[in-house]
Amino acid sequence: MGSRRVLPLALASLMSVSAVAQGPTYGIGRTPTADEIRARDISIGPTGEELPPGKGSAKEGAMAYRAKGCAGCHGATGIGGSAPILKSRDPSNPDVWARGRILPLRAPFATTVWDYINRGMPLNREGTLTPDEVYGLTAYLLFINGVIPEDQVLDQQNLAQVKMPLGDHYASLPDWKPRTQRLKGYPY
Amino acid sequence: MGAKRPARREFLRTGAALAGGFTLGTAAPALGQAQTQSPMIKGEREGEIAYGARSKYVTSARIPHGGRPSPDTFGLTFHVASPLQDSVGVITPSSLHYFATTRGAFLPDIDPKTHTLMIHGLVDRPLTFTIDDLKRLPSVTRLHFIECAGNRASRRAKTVQETHGMTSNAEWTGVLLSTLLKECGLKSSATWFVAEGAEEVKGASSMPIAKAMDDCIVAYGMNGEAVRPQNGFPLRLMVPGFEGILHTKWLRRIKLVDRYYMNYNDFGHLDQDDKVAALAYQIGPKSVITFPSGDQRLPGKGFYEISGLAWSGGGAIKQVEVSIDGGKKWNKAEFRGTPQRMAHCRFAYPWNWDGNETEILSRCVDEIGQVQPTREQIAKYWNKPYDQTFSVPGLDNSIQPWKIAGDGSVTNGLA
Repeated sequence: MGSRRVLPLALASLMSVSAVAQGPTYGIGRTPTADEIRARDISIGPTGEELPPGKGSAKEGAMAYRAKGCAGCHGATGIGGSAPILKSRDPSNPDVWARGRILPLRAPFATTVWDYINRGMPLNREGTLTPDEVYGLTAYLLFINGVIPEDQVLDQQNLAQVKMPLGDHYASLPDWKPRTQRLKGYPY
Repeated sequence: MGAKRPARREFLRTGAALAGGFTLGTAAPALGQAQTQSPMIKGEREGEIAYGARSKYVTSARIPHGGRPSPDTFGLTFHVASPLQDSVGVITPSSLHYFATTRGAFLPDIDPKTHTLMIHGLVDRPLTFTIDDLKRLPSVTRLHFIECAGNRASRRAKTVQETHGMTSNAEWTGVLLSTLLKECGLKSSATWFVAEGAEEVKGASSMPIAKAMDDCIVAYGMNGEAVRPQNGFPLRLMVPGFEGILHTKWLRRIKLVDRYYMNYNDFGHLDQDDKVAALAYQIGPKSVITFPSGDQRLPGKGFYEISGLAWSGGGAIKQVEVSIDGGKKWNKAEFRGTPQRMAHCRFAYPWNWDGNETEILSRCVDEIGQVQPTREQIAKYWNKPYDQTFSVPGLDNSIQPWKIAGDGSVTNGLA
């Protein structure tokens, strides 16, 4: 009995030692500075931890929406342009999925809206919006879809707290494993 | 072994015949040359000594996919389909490889000397790699297909380029992502990663860490040279067997995270139904006959080698079958070369066309036993009525029928 217990313990300690001691094998690549990482890291996750300081309301966002040319492609009110619509044509439908594939409705987190505008808009002038403008535009899109009131100011602290209409009403993400069928029991 | 012997004898025989031809030829050249002086490509034409071009008689070309012009009036490029009807073998030439952009886009013109890949987030040691750094690391070279999720059969499509041209297959060279992640020291809390490109939208997607550690490649090479700009120069993340959009082009950053990050492409991948959502990464088993295919015409009855491509996100193709009678009887096709995992493989079936109207089809099975279905089988599984409006959930991997008319013309069997 005694020896049986010793062996796994010895193995476990060996394993933890090797895990701690796992260093670089090749020593190739350079360690980026914290500033370099911050400058390149534009991924805003659901917790909002990467958000920069700043703030904006729907009213400010409405001005930016016109001034930055958003209305030219997305329509004066988020409908009627050549680019994807930003406001549901069927806003009273209780089924959020039925309201259409619209960013401020389909996104499960307000951070997704912020991230999208910040990285991808406006077309051909991406990366030129200030954080305040992105907070304002996010607030505007959420306001015209009835998600937040017009006077709510969004900022670094409260953006991730916004309750989105989709909530958690979306399918589980696939639990992918190598060399297995994409859907268990699906023959095709 | 047994199958290889005749081929070798065949080669020896042909070799001997060729050698004989040369021997005979030495006696006759003056006569032959005097009679026919064939046109020649003389000297250097448009830089062709430095970088070769194909014959002016070969005109196979890509076409805009799905009716949206590319480039459009602003010069933005959108989806462009590969001419599979002209393809031979398994490699898609880089110039004919399909490409797509997440939205109409200008291609970034990246100087590889200044481009870097940053890996950060839930790692012990964030690292930045130059292209030269990556080329010092242990490399892999593998054949892999890429397929756009929009590669969908349609009744309106005429050619195989229109029905299936949003997939291509190339030889990719680079460093396994797992090698880089080990170099950075992956934290156990890292369950997902976000890959991001350097193009104007900084397109980003979340993917499971299991895939990163299994077979993803940070590729700098494509078909023996640098990755082409349309395919992500100088770095493209290969995510073998997953939907095309996840093969992040112009790769500049990988962030290790503890959840699905809901960035850019991610929210579009969400679905209402767990089962439909499960089809969102890995591509199912799929095959299509490329010759004879839609809009081609057989000159008359007689022998034709039916030829096509098969692939699967689940691994290597294990078997392909061809039917020459509308699906009543299925016959085992031969492989041309050895099927590779998550790569196009070429299949062939000898066919003597009797001149009668018929329908030809192909279907495949992959190494994990997934079977390519008919549209009707898919509809039945999902309990949906099988009619003209039926759309295959996930990427469309249904069987493609080609109709052969009595006059030899080939048309889309779904039309």
